[in-house]
Amino acid sequence: MIEIKDLYDIIIVGGGPAGLSAAHSAVENGAESVLVLERDREVGGILQQCIHNGFGLHHFKEELTGPGYAQRCYEMVKDLPQVQILTNTMVLEVRENKSVLAISPDLGTVEIKGKTIILTMGCRERTRGAIRIPGGRPAGIFTAGAAQRMVNIEGYLPGREVVILGSGDIGLIMARRMSLEGCNVSEKKPSSSTKRTPADASPADIDNDWGNGGCRVKAVLEICPFSNGLTRNMVQCLDDFNIPLFLAHTIVDIKGTDRVTGVTVAKVDEKMQPIPGTEFDIPCDTVLLSVGLIPENELSRELGVSLHPLTSGPIVDQHRETDKEGIFAAGNVVHVHDLVDFVSDEAEIAGKYAALTALGKLAPVERRLSVNTGNAVRTCVPQKLNLPSADSVTAGTRLFMRVTKPMKKVKLLVKCGDEVVLSKPLMIAKPSEMIAVEIPADKMKTLNGDITVGIEE
Amino acid sequence: MKEVDVVVIGGGVTGTAILSYLSRYDLRCMLVEKAPDIAMGTTKANSAILHAGFDAPTGSNKARLNVEGNALYHELKDELDLDIKWTGSYVVAKTDEEIAALEELKARGEANGVPGLEIVSGEKLRESEPNLTEEIKAALFAPTAGLCWPFGVAAAFAENAAENGAEIVRDCEVIRITPEADGSGFIVRTMQGELKAKTVVNAAGVYADKVSALAGDDSFTITPRKGEYILFDKTSQQSLVKGIIFPVPSKTSKGILVCATTHGNVFIGPNANDTDNKEDLSVSTPGMNEIIAGAKKMIANLPMGAAITQFAGLRAVSSTGDFIIGRSEKVKGLYQAAGIQSPGLTSAPAIGKEIAAMVAEDLGAKEKAEYKKGRPPQPVIREMTREEQKKLIQDDKRYGLIVCRCETITEGEICDAIHRPCGARTVDGVKRRTRAGMGRCQGGFCGPRVALILARELHLPVTEIRKDGEGSFLYYDKEQEAY
Amino acid sequence: MAVEKVELTCITCPMGCQLTATVEDGTVTDVTGNTCPRGAQYAREELTTPMRMLTGTVKCKRGRLPLLPVVSAAKLPKTGIIAAAAALRSVKVTAPVKAGDVIVKNIMGFGVDIVAARDMQMA
Repeated sequence: MIEIKDLYDIIIVGGGPAGLSAAHSAVENGAESVLVLERDREVGGILQQCIHNGFGLHHFKEELTGPGYAQRCYEMVKDLPQVQILTNTMVLEVRENKSVLAISPDLGTVEIKGKTIILTMGCRERTRGAIRIPGGRPAGIFTAGAAQRMVNIEGYLPGREVVILGSGDIGLIMARRMSLEGCNVSEKKPSSSTKRTPADASPADIDNDWGNGGCRVKAVLEICPFSNGLTRNMVQCLDDFNIPLFLAHTIVDIKGTDRVTGVTVAKVDEKMQPIPGTEFDIPCDTVLLSVGLIPENELSRELGVSLHPLTSGPIVDQHRETDKEGIFAAGNVVHVHDLVDFVSDEAEIAGKYAALTALGKLAPVERRLSVNTGNAVRTCVPQKLNLPSADSVTAGTRLFMRVTKPMKKVKLLVKCGDEVVLSKPLMIAKPSEMIAVEIPADKMKTLNGDITVGIEE
Repeated sequence: MKEVDVVVIGGGVTGTAILSYLSRYDLRCMLVEKAPDIAMGTTKANSAILHAGFDAPTGSNKARLNVEGNALYHELKDELDLDIKWTGSYVVAKTDEEIAALEELKARGEANGVPGLEIVSGEKLRESEPNLTEEIKAALFAPTAGLCWPFGVAAAFAENAAENGAEIVRDCEVIRITPEADGSGFIVRTMQGELKAKTVVNAAGVYADKVSALAGDDSFTITPRKGEYILFDKTSQQSLVKGIIFPVPSKTSKGILVCATTHGNVFIGPNANDTDNKEDLSVSTPGMNEIIAGAKKMIANLPMGAAITQFAGLRAVSSTGDFIIGRSEKVKGLYQAAGIQSPGLTSAPAIGKEIAAMVAEDLGAKEKAEYKKGRPPQPVIREMTREEQKKLIQDDKRYGLIVCRCETITEGEICDAIHRPCGARTVDGVKRRTRAGMGRCQGGFCGPRVALILARELHLPVTEIRKDGEGSFLYYDKEQEAY
Repeated sequence: MAVEKVELTCITCPMGCQLTATVEDGTVTDVTGNTCPRGAQYAREELTTPMRMLTGTVKCKRGRLPLLPVVSAAKLPKTGIIAAAAALRSVKVTAPVKAGDVIVKNIMGFGVDIVAARDMQMA
C-alpha cells in the first residue's frame, strides 16, 4: 500500500536525470520530504533508451552510457528516507497552491500537496506536422526518439532502408545505431579511410546496392548549411559508416501509400526554401525525423507560468524559480540542453533552492534584474536575477547560453549597463553547443542593473 | 457459402449508418470493407461538420438529406453517445457582394427547411469569435450546425449494428459481383471468399462507380476531389476560433474554413482539387500555402508554429452533381449510396434510414422487436469525475496507466477500443477510437506503446501490427532481421 | 615510397579542426590544420590504430525489460566494431543482472569485455 503524506516539502514532476538530481540536491540542502512522480515504468527518463556512451564526463567525471547515468542518478536517491518515488504516475495538473493532481494504477486519481514544486518534465520531439513536410502519410515515418525506443528497449527495427532528416545528435546517434543493428558483416566493412568532406556529398554517394536483409542508413539530410550535432558524433556516427550527409538539403516529398517507398530531396537556398531543379529521389522504406526538441510545458502553461518564446520553457531566475512563487523548473523543460551533465547541474540548483524555500531559509529579494541577450546570443538561462542584499549573496551564478550562428575566435561579454562584468574568449561558438559562464559571487554582490550577454565578433 | 439478405459494400460513415439502420430490421446483414478498418476513406479526412443545410440547391438529395440528417443527429447524440458540439456555424462576408450572397444563402436555407438562420453584424460575430478580422462586415449564423468526431460516428453506427447481429468484415475487398440468373440476388466474390446476398448496397465512397459497374450499373462516375488540411494544437484555440467559420462558398466547395474540432483543436482547410488517383492522400506545399492564404483572409495571424499535422481527404464527387441514392435503375437488388461528398457526413443517418427502409420494403422485412438501441458504453477517463475515475481504476488498474500523454488516454481505454464490437486492429484504429496519438506529439511517445498493446491483446507478433492501410506494417524483429 | 594526404576532423574538442595528415608507408609524418598539439596526437592515433567504444543490447530473459544495454569495458579496434556488434546478437542473459557484470568475456579476442550498462531486475 502506497502512503501519501499530507504535505511534502517538494513535489518533483518527472523522474528523469533532472528530477532525480533535484531530489538529491534537495535532501542535501535539508528537505525532509521529497516526492518524485514519474510517468514511465521506471525512472531515468529518456536516458534509458540512449544506450550509447558519452554521458557524465562533466558531472560524474566518468564516461557513462545513458542507462548507466540514469542508474547513477537513481542510486544517489534510492536509499534516502526523505525521498519517495512513484512510477507509472502521471501528473495531470499542477496548481498554484503547490498541489498536483496525479493518476496511477495504484493510486487512482489523487491530489498531493507540497510546499514547493519542481517541474522536470523534459522535452519532446518536434514532429513532421510542425515543419510541414509534404507528401503522403504512409507507415515508416518515425521521430528518431520513437524509433530509438523501439530499437534499444523493445527490440524492433523501424525499417531497412533509412533516410534521416536532421543532423541533430539524436539523428546522428540513430544513424550509427541502425548501421550497427542491421549491418551485414559479410558484405560491409567500415571505411578504412576517415576522409569525408560532408558538404560535398552528392547523390552518387548514396549506397543503393548493399545486398539483402539487415538495414542501412542511406543518407542524413540537414536543412541548415551546417551540422547541428557534436563533431564527435559527425565523425563516429556518419563517417565511420560511410553515411553521406547532405547539408542545406531537405525532403520535399514522401512517397508511398501503405509504407514509405522513397523520398524526394532538394537543395535549399539561404532562406531554407527548396531550389527547383535540384531534386533527386532516394528509395527508402523509413524516414527518421530528428528535427528538434520542444520543452514539454503543457502543465506549466495551464498553471499560468510565463514561458520564454525562444526557449519555449519557463522564464526562471538564478534559483530556477518560475514567476509563480514556489514553482521551480530545471532541465530540458526550461531549455533544451546539449549535455545531460548540465541538466543535472541545473537541477541541483533548483533542488537546493526549492528546499531552502520550503524550509523558509531564503534571504528576501532586494534586487530584481533581467538577463537580456545581446549580439549573436539567441537564449540565456536564467532570464532573471532575483538577488538578496549584498551580505546574503553566497554563490555565483552560471549563465547558460546558445548562440545564433557558428563563430570562431570571438569574445563573450557579460555587461551590466556599460560596465563589463565578465569577458571570456571563445575559440569556437556553435548553436548546437551550450556555453556556460559563471558570474562569481563577489560580482553578484554589487550588480545593480540589468545584465546583457553578447558576443563581440 | 455464406448467405445474407443484404451486403453493404464500404465501411465509411455512410455504409456503417446504412448497416445500423438495416440492423433494426429482421434481416441478415453484412458489411464488407476493403481496408483493415472502418472509416478509412473520406470519413477519416473531412471537415467534421454537421452542416445546417443551406448550401445545396433546394429540391436536391443533398438539401433534403442534409436537413433530415442534421435533425437525426440531434436525436442520435445521446442515443449513440456521439461526440458532437452544437456550436452553430457562420458564413462571413467582407464586401457588399458577399453580403448579398449571404441573403441568397439564407433564402435558400429557409426554402430547404433550415431553422433559425440569421444574418448578424461583424461586431456581433466578433463577440463570440474575437480573432476574426475587422474586415468582416456581416455573417450568416446557422444555429443547428455543429462539430462532430466522424470516426466516432462511424464506429458508433458499426458498434450499434454489431450489437444487433450485423457482421462487419474488414480487409475484405470486393472483386466481383455476379447477379444470379434467376434474379434472386448476387454472388459477391471478395478477398476473403464468396458470399450470396439477396441485395447489395453500394456505399463504396470514391470507388462507388467501380463497385456499381461490377454489379452491372455503369450509369455514373466518381471523381475524387482532394482537400488538404492543417491541424493546430489545442493550445492555439484561444488565438483562433471556437466554432465553424466559412467564407462565402464557391461553385466547387464551401471554401477554406477555419474551424474548431470537438476536442478543442482548430483546423484550416480544405482546398479543392480534382485528381484522377483514388488513393492520393498526399499533401503538397502549394496546397498548404493555398489553405494558409485562404485562412488568413479570416484570421490575419495564424499560429503556424502550433501546427501539429497536415492531411488530405478525397471527396467522392459524382457525375450527376448530386447524391445518388436508392434503387439502381439498371440492376434489380442493387442500391446506391454514391457520390456522397459534403454534406455526406451530415446526411449519413438520413441516407441510412432511407436505404434501410427501401431494402426492408423490397425484401418484406419487419422491424425487429428485440432491437437494441445505442452501443456498449465507452469509458473515457478524461471526461469522468474524480470519483468515477477512482472507482474505475480500482476495478481495473489499466485505467490508471496513461499511455497517450497528450490526450490523457489510458491503457484501459486502448484495450477497450481493441475489444469492442468491430474493435481496433491497427495503431490508427486505436487513434480513431480513443484519440491516442492525436495530440501534439502525434504518436511519437504512444505510437510504439500502442503497437505493443495491440500485439499483446490480439495475440499477434509486433511485426504483424499495422499503422493503418493494408501493407502499412511498422516494425521488424531485431533478432530475426540480423544475421 | 607511398605518400598519402588524408583529411580528417579532430574530435578532441568542439573546435572540430579540419586536419590534413601526411601518411608515409602507414606512418603519420606530418599533421597540419590543428590548433593545438592534441590535434596531431588525434590524427596519429586515428590513422594508425583507430579505437571505438561499442554499445548495444542483448536479449534479457525474465528481465523487467526485454533487452539489457551493454557497453565495452574499453575501446575496441574500429575495424572490429561491426563484427563485435554482430556477435552480440546471439547473446542472451537472464535477469537479474548488475551494472558492470561481464556479459561477454574478451569479445572477438580483442582483450576487452562487454559489460552490463545497468542493473536489470527480474520482471
